[in-house]
Amino acid sequence: MLKPLNILLVGVGGQGTILATRIMAKAAQDAGYDIKVSEIKGMSQRGGSVVTQIRLGEKVYSPLISEGKADAILAFEKMEALRWLSHLKDGGSIIINDQAIPPMPVLTGATVYPADCLERVQQSTAKTTIVDALKIAVQCGNPKAANVVLVGLLAKRLPIAKELWINALRVRVPEKFIDINLKAFEEGYSL
Amino acid sequence: MKELLSGNAAIARGAYEAGISVATGYPGTPSTEILENFAKYPDIYAQWSPNEKVALEVGAGASIAGARVLVTMKHVGVNVAADPLFTLAYTGVNGGLILVSADDPGMHSSQNEQDNRYYALVNKMPCLEPADSQEAKDMVGLGLEISEQFDTPVMLRVTTRVSHSQSFVEMKEPGTRTLRPYAKDPVKYVMVPAHGRMRRVFLEERMAKLQEYSENCPLNTIEWGDKNIGVIASGISYHYAKEVLPQASILKLGMTNPLPEKLIREFAAGVDSLLVIEELEPFLELQIRAMGIALKGKEMLPSYGELSSALIAKALMQEGIEVAEEFRPMGQATQEVAAAAEPLPGRPPVMCAGCPHRGVFYTLKKQKLVVSGDIGCYTLGSLSPLSAIDTCICMGASIGAALGMEKANPEMGRKTVAVIGDSTFLHSGITGLMDVVYNGGSSTVLILDNRTTAMTGHQENPATGATLMGNPAPAVDLEAIARAVGVKRVRTVDPMQLSEIDRAVKEEVAAAEPSVIIVRRPCALLKNNKTPEPIEVDETLCINCGMCMKLGCPAISRQEGKVAISTIQCRGCGLCVQLCQKGALKKRGEQNA
Repeated sequence: MLKPLNILLVGVGGQGTILATRIMAKAAQDAGYDIKVSEIKGMSQRGGSVVTQIRLGEKVYSPLISEGKADAILAFEKMEALRWLSHLKDGGSIIINDQAIPPMPVLTGATVYPADCLERVQQSTAKTTIVDALKIAVQCGNPKAANVVLVGLLAKRLPIAKELWINALRVRVPEKFIDINLKAFEEGYSL
Repeated sequence: MKELLSGNAAIARGAYEAGISVATGYPGTPSTEILENFAKYPDIYAQWSPNEKVALEVGAGASIAGARVLVTMKHVGVNVAADPLFTLAYTGVNGGLILVSADDPGMHSSQNEQDNRYYALVNKMPCLEPADSQEAKDMVGLGLEISEQFDTPVMLRVTTRVSHSQSFVEMKEPGTRTLRPYAKDPVKYVMVPAHGRMRRVFLEERMAKLQEYSENCPLNTIEWGDKNIGVIASGISYHYAKEVLPQASILKLGMTNPLPEKLIREFAAGVDSLLVIEELEPFLELQIRAMGIALKGKEMLPSYGELSSALIAKALMQEGIEVAEEFRPMGQATQEVAAAAEPLPGRPPVMCAGCPHRGVFYTLKKQKLVVSGDIGCYTLGSLSPLSAIDTCICMGASIGAALGMEKANPEMGRKTVAVIGDSTFLHSGITGLMDVVYNGGSSTVLILDNRTTAMTGHQENPATGATLMGNPAPAVDLEAIARAVGVKRVRTVDPMQLSEIDRAVKEEVAAAEPSVIIVRRPCALLKNNKTPEPIEVDETLCINCGMCMKLGCPAISRQEGKVAISTIQCRGCGLCVQLCQKGALKKRGEQNA
């Protein structure tokens, strides 16, 4: 039986992680997979971490991805990439948005934001892709579309047809933002 | 048609399909989205109640009147509703009634971790435990049938991983919403002692019938596999067990009170060794052991926190039990890199940029007051650098606890305040305030009124002027309530004026009688709250003293020795401007003013 594909989305409240998850889930659903999605978001609005987990395959039981079992991680913030690295399987893929959002202990000077997040991820066995999604999103017309740039990047690496992604965007993204988001997706997909 | 739904959305859908026409509750993670989803369906009635006890009482009345009813709350909410719940088990129902208890193993957003299956046990009511969204939906319908057939409220016990996980659900047409006829029956519904004694006997008879049902119902099923190992599991643990031990025989329990004793004996006799895999308390384990059946349970698995497939696999491997290949130790190169790194800075939640109540905590800290706190966003005022909360116990406890401190130690009372939100005050703070007045306290109570129930995602409450279904409602007058319970010193302040709060708190704490300060300003995240221009730093004036940093505002940081304000995050509230002695902080466009 086809083993479930495990994908982790990690970021900071307000970055659009939940919407990205819903776009992915819709595309995977239309591709005919069984899916389980898990969200922990209670504190997300207040600057906390947001983690969502998507598992897709022929038959999926648990909604949770264990440490060392993620096939891919989509990191919306670079320190969060490092924080969740241990969930990636050896040789798994990680896509990192090259953006730093310092948490409160860093803002107050109690601790320091690690300058070498990206280098440390690259030292692992992970296949690392680094992208300035925020910059691309701004070029597309809205910084908030950075999440969809990242979705585009991941989409190309998943066994789901491109039309299904486009359709998922049309269904999940509010109509007035759809053009910018389609553009953002294409930018990500073409990288 | 299949749809991907969260457990909570599936429960709402199940309620709609099963003909539930009245739903009540109080918001609390992870239960909140059930009513939010249900309220969108046509031809139903849904409401937020001020607290869970009232929600259940409204539900009881609707059931007696003949409607099918859904009542939702988080695990700690059932503590609040426990009083009517125990007697509702005696009266039973007319229209079916489902009480959803959304438990939070691992305390993702709760003050404690409690296993509410025990409520069902001690209360003698059936308990159903879905493992995913489809089951969550189906169990609402089946639960209603059980409720009506056996004349009992039914507990649907979910956990965070069921409530907030999404899986496929087969959608069906909505059922009809009919009222069962009401018939006056005081022996059933008027619980005076003489009637209660009769119903007490009924409880035992009902449990015996439910036990028989549990033995044969479709919720409790054996999946025979390899007979070397048998697993008994319920809820999300079933899915973890399936993943870790794909070949094992499994007794899946969807109904966990009362337990199907014969079925359990049959299963135990059919396997060589028996494992019970359950989250939190050894609820199944203790009862199965009491049947004289040998098993392994909590000696291998923790009785706190969430379970996971990985955790279960590790425990089983230590017992010498073979688990699915993917859980056996494998190359850990990536994990080693991750583990070798120094610990990363945490990302604690903070009060939002522009939160109107940040200045209150700044003031309370500055005045070195003992702060008796409560449940809500403002509990985050306990975190550094504000660090301005001393206690937080449960919804509504702040005021009573402040009175207790004062009674124990008058000296401490003279430097203590209670802080509570508007929704929490209406939930269960008001009775504490009555106690302060009645028992001669002199506590100072700050009601941090942000015009919403913010922590759970902006639900309406009796003070907001709107209902769950979007209708306008008369808004409770908090000042008038405070006066009505007997507080003479009631004042209202704007938290954006630091000097005003400072003076108000000093004066009220010094007063030898109870006082209420209503600190009123809408939540910065409310949709109709316009964002003013952000604050900017005049670097020629900034001396880097760090006063503004003491607010703990996520928009303010120090970069290369200078203060910087994030224009993306800043909501222009201007609290930092009030703290800056050098005039280095200004609203955009006011540089030359």
